[in-house]
Amino acid sequence: MERLDILVTYDVNVTSEEGQARLARVAKVCKNFGQRVQMSVFECRVTRAQLEDMEAKLLKIIEPDKDSLRIYTLPGGREKCLRVHGQDRYTDFDDPLVV
Amino acid sequence: MTTELLNTLYVQTQGVYLRLEGDTLRIQHEEVTLRNVPLHHLGGLSLFGNVLLSPFLLHRCAEEGLEVAWFTESGRFQGRLAGPVSGNVLLRRAQYRALDNPSTCLYLAARFVEGKLRNARLVLQRAVRERGETEALNQALFEHEAALRQLPQARSVDEVRGLEGQAASAYFAAFGDLLLSGEFRFDGRNKRPPRDPVNALLGFVYALLTTQCTAALEGVGLDPQVGFLHALRSGRNALALDLLEEFRAWWADRLVLSMINRKQLSPEHFEERPGGAVLLNEEGRKAVIVAFQGRRQETLQHPLFKEPVPIGLLPHIQARLLARYLRGDLPEYPPFVGR
Repeated sequence: MERLDILVTYDVNVTSEEGQARLARVAKVCKNFGQRVQMSVFECRVTRAQLEDMEAKLLKIIEPDKDSLRIYTLPGGREKCLRVHGQDRYTDFDDPLVV
Repeated sequence: MTTELLNTLYVQTQGVYLRLEGDTLRIQHEEVTLRNVPLHHLGGLSLFGNVLLSPFLLHRCAEEGLEVAWFTESGRFQGRLAGPVSGNVLLRRAQYRALDNPSTCLYLAARFVEGKLRNARLVLQRAVRERGETEALNQALFEHEAALRQLPQARSVDEVRGLEGQAASAYFAAFGDLLLSGEFRFDGRNKRPPRDPVNALLGFVYALLTTQCTAALEGVGLDPQVGFLHALRSGRNALALDLLEEFRAWWADRLVLSMINRKQLSPEHFEERPGGAVLLNEEGRKAVIVAFQGRRQETLQHPLFKEPVPIGLLPHIQARLLARYLRGDLPEYPPFVGR
């Protein structure tokens, strides 16, 4: 099955306590699909179905009038469209995983 | 990417704890999180030695059909997670019936051995091409030709095993000539326990490959314990060992040879245990696993389908062909023969 590299970024309004809770829930969903590369930025390698699933889960959490969610698909994969500088926390899960 | 090729997570750090957090696998070592891996990236877990799994993670693996296999720290297979019985009961019945049919048993045993011999011959021929003839190589090639000629006339599985054994002993008599590095020697095959680094290496790679074959057979719903060339024995995955024969020389032995000849391994990667057993140490196992996984991702032009296929999928393709033969959808079972 074809898989996409996607970039998920969000701003969640945390002035209220509910905001804090939403932020945590958004991060949790993102973690289940990919990995955190910056504070509010996740990279995920997912199938189309997983992408739909993830998006639906996130839309259930965020408040459209307070928060912002952006999902970019990287055409041709991250290797083609990404230049990384400085700290890089990304692991390629398709590489041999030996712990 | 197909599910069969999803990555296997190899855990060999002692004392690691794996648990589930949402849909993410968390790898912890003494309160420190080593890594988080979303479950959908994984096809299986291979655990070496003292590695703990939370019950919920185990349940989830069983539910989603993630292959979990346990090995000793030194790489000997210990056990495997079995989820609910799945697959096609009609296929399994066909498999058991084939076992009770001497001519089908003989046919399949001969095909597995044919695959083994032809692939071993390729390894030997390549060695002759690259660095010239030696007496042992010539002898081994001669034995393989002879066995391949006699194979179609074999009248019992025992005869097939005899031909295989003869060729195999000539093969291993020549195997030392394939090593270019002066750091390693090979004076014949030994196991349980291996007594030198090369044998330790062969045993370890065969074990990794057996897991792949078992998983492939389970994947199509065949019973990996019911084999045709290998005798049935409680706890032994006879059919996985049958399938392994096709891949031993072409995949496992060549990997071992290239790692030694490219000096990716040195004597420091091994340790001797009291009693003379020689085993890979942690660094050595890691290097082998990385090379093994890398090989799985490489593609080759499939000799039968004329399409590029990742090497990691080959056992799955053979398992599927075998299932189709047993069900009667294919008149012949074609063993895998590389190039």
